Amino acid sequence: MPDRPLLTVSNLTMQFGGITALSDVSFAVDTHAVTALIGPNGAGKTTVFNCLTGFYRATSGELTLRNGDRTIDIVRILGEPFRPTDFLNPWRFATRLFYKCFGGSHLVNRAGLARTFQNIRLFREMTVIENLLVAQHMSTNRNPVAGLLNTPGFRRSEKRVVSRACQWLEVFGLKDDANRIAGELPYGLQRRLEIARALCTNPQIICLDEPAAGLNPRETEDLSALIARLRDDHRITVFLIEHDMQLVMGISDHIVVLDHGVVIASGRPNDISTNPAVIAAYLGDTDTEAYTA
Amino acid sequence: MTSILPTNLSIRHLLLETLTAFAVAAVIFCPIVGIHLNGYDFDLGHLKLALGLALGIAITRLVLALFLNTGVGARLAQHIMDRRQAPVAVAPTTRRLWAHVFVVLVLIGAVAFPFMAKKYFITVLILALIYVLLGLGLNIVVGLAGLLDLGFVAFYAIGAYTLALGHQYLGWGFWQSLPAAAALAALFGCILGFPVLRMHGDYLAITTLGFGEIIRLVLTNWVDFTGGPNGVSAPKPTLFGIEFTRRARYGGTPFHEYFGGEYNSEALYIFTYLLLLITVCIVVYINHRLKRMPVGRAWEALREDEIACRSLGLNHVLVKLSAFTLGAGIGGVAGVFFAGYQGFVNPTSFTFFESALILAVVVLGGLGSTRGVIIAALALTILPEALRQFADFRVLAFGGAMVFMMIWRPRGIIRPVRPSFSTIEANHAG
Ligand SMILES: Nc1ncnc2c1ncn2[C@@H]1O[C@H](COP(=O)(O)OP(=O)(O)O)[C@@H](O)[C@H]1O
Ligand SMILES: [Mg+2]
Repeated sequence: MPDRPLLTVSNLTMQFGGITALSDVSFAVDTHAVTALIGPNGAGKTTVFNCLTGFYRATSGELTLRNGDRTIDIVRILGEPFRPTDFLNPWRFATRLFYKCFGGSHLVNRAGLARTFQNIRLFREMTVIENLLVAQHMSTNRNPVAGLLNTPGFRRSEKRVVSRACQWLEVFGLKDDANRIAGELPYGLQRRLEIARALCTNPQIICLDEPAAGLNPRETEDLSALIARLRDDHRITVFLIEHDMQLVMGISDHIVVLDHGVVIASGRPNDISTNPAVIAAYLGDTDTEAYTA
Repeated sequence: MTSILPTNLSIRHLLLETLTAFAVAAVIFCPIVGIHLNGYDFDLGHLKLALGLALGIAITRLVLALFLNTGVGARLAQHIMDRRQAPVAVAPTTRRLWAHVFVVLVLIGAVAFPFMAKKYFITVLILALIYVLLGLGLNIVVGLAGLLDLGFVAFYAIGAYTLALGHQYLGWGFWQSLPAAAALAALFGCILGFPVLRMHGDYLAITTLGFGEIIRLVLTNWVDFTGGPNGVSAPKPTLFGIEFTRRARYGGTPFHEYFGGEYNSEALYIFTYLLLLITVCIVVYINHRLKRMPVGRAWEALREDEIACRSLGLNHVLVKLSAFTLGAGIGGVAGVFFAGYQGFVNPTSFTFFESALILAVVVLGGLGSTRGVIIAALALTILPEALRQFADFRVLAFGGAMVFMMIWRPRGIIRPVRPSFSTIEANHAG
């Protein structure tokens, strides 16, 4: 295990008007491990993801991501509001203005954090392979002249991204569906395609929001094996939200439990399953069978 | 009416449907056709006509139902219903020969056309091709990137006025203005786009609508610069100093003097037409390539799901901006051709109706389908010319066509076709 975690969340607070969805949430995600974020419905799990990927602007807190030697301050690249001190320091002002104009969620992805969504968000009217090509946008030859003239350099670049897409399709068992319209795939395959698409952005860490929701037991088992492969063979850190306790207990190296926007427990799967606070939180919820299953 | 396509012929069912059709038609036509106002009174003398119309509709309905029960009819219905189910098709991996042959034949026909047709037909086709250009430009913005732009006519106007005013103030000819207009329209697209493109859907539509009106009002009211409602004259296109007018106007040689022979008033139109045809071919090629380029894929992805795009590292503002800019540039080029062909521009050519017409071209053609847009543009400009005697009903027919399309082909005349990728080839490379 490396000494420093890949992703650190400290004192994250998120308020929607009067509602406090997250208060003072702190945890870390270790490199090359599977970390699970669990909790009853409405606990604030998706909100954590949305803060991490810039779809919500955190009320306060620090989010840092490590990519190789670089340490990236996620809050900064999302474009924070100006502070009075900025007007005294021209450089600070300039960077803040730059991130305000050009910053946002896309920079989080480019920093090495990819995600999927609880309700699948595919490019439904594009083909499966095109979905993966869009994800590789930043690593293709984007010179318009080269593209219009279809130069050898452009064709090589296209070939490279297509073959990379094919590799991921192979891993996810979608190779035969490469030229199908994404929206016409069966639900289980759509879930897999969304994960494959996120992986095409070449991330350090992938955040999966309920990847097993709506899958049958067989598909869930396959998914669990796939996630383990991502960690072991592809050396990708996985951070997942999941309700299926069997899956979570089976593959997680570390679990963080959230309830009403507060971290109530975190630790290894064995410690979590016997933790009284966690059991109480789940029993208080109507969604009991999710835990006992 | 429970079903449009009765599957098995039942006499009772058939009669019921026919009666329903008759009743509905009678209810609609009796007040419209049958009752005539006569001062404060009305007379019912035309009720017979109304009932006759209703009867005609009922009989048509019956014949249609009978036809759909024959083998051919059933297959046709199946075909139509089938298309409704799959909105998008994927191109086969192997290219079909006849598609190439078809394109070549159309091109040969298009090139040969002006040498055989009358001047009037050439002018109709010039206008049609201008609309093809406009449609292709807007297709990038609306069809590919999914940004509802109701003020596209602004870029068309900017292009047209660049030619006219460039000639008046800077002495520019057609060829200097062409790139300048494209660049200027693109620049305006960029300036408008940057603040506006953070908005979505309706807000974007309203802002662009406003922009279109602002440009038109500026052109109307800035009388000192643009000539206001009186308009400005615009230079005609030339070819390397050869002019196509009776006497040289821009310091070149007239066509008929250069080659010897009689002055032919059609030459200018033939030349404009051919030039436009080449431009359209170039733009079609660009459209074709864009769909296979990263930027084109990014536009379509953005149309499908903006949030997913952002989560994949695409800067949505820049992606939208590139679509808006390129679309505007093509609109500008169309404007130059329009002004050059007319030899004169004034603000009445650039009203909101024009924006709506271009949008109709894109929507009817099938959002994102290049072929569809070309067909729709040709149809929407040539049909009104062919049916001049019904000119009063043009907008009505338009609305009817729209409603009909929304029911039968909500995705436009032509289904968008996605390029397919060979996964076998890729494996050898990888
Ligand atoms: N955009 C929003 N506006 C207001 N409240 C929100 C918003 N997003 C989430 N919330 C609130 O935050 C809480 C946590 O939601 P969420 O993170 O989706 O829960 P879950 O753990 O089931 O994913 C809920 O009470 C929800 O009402
Ligand atoms: Mg959730």
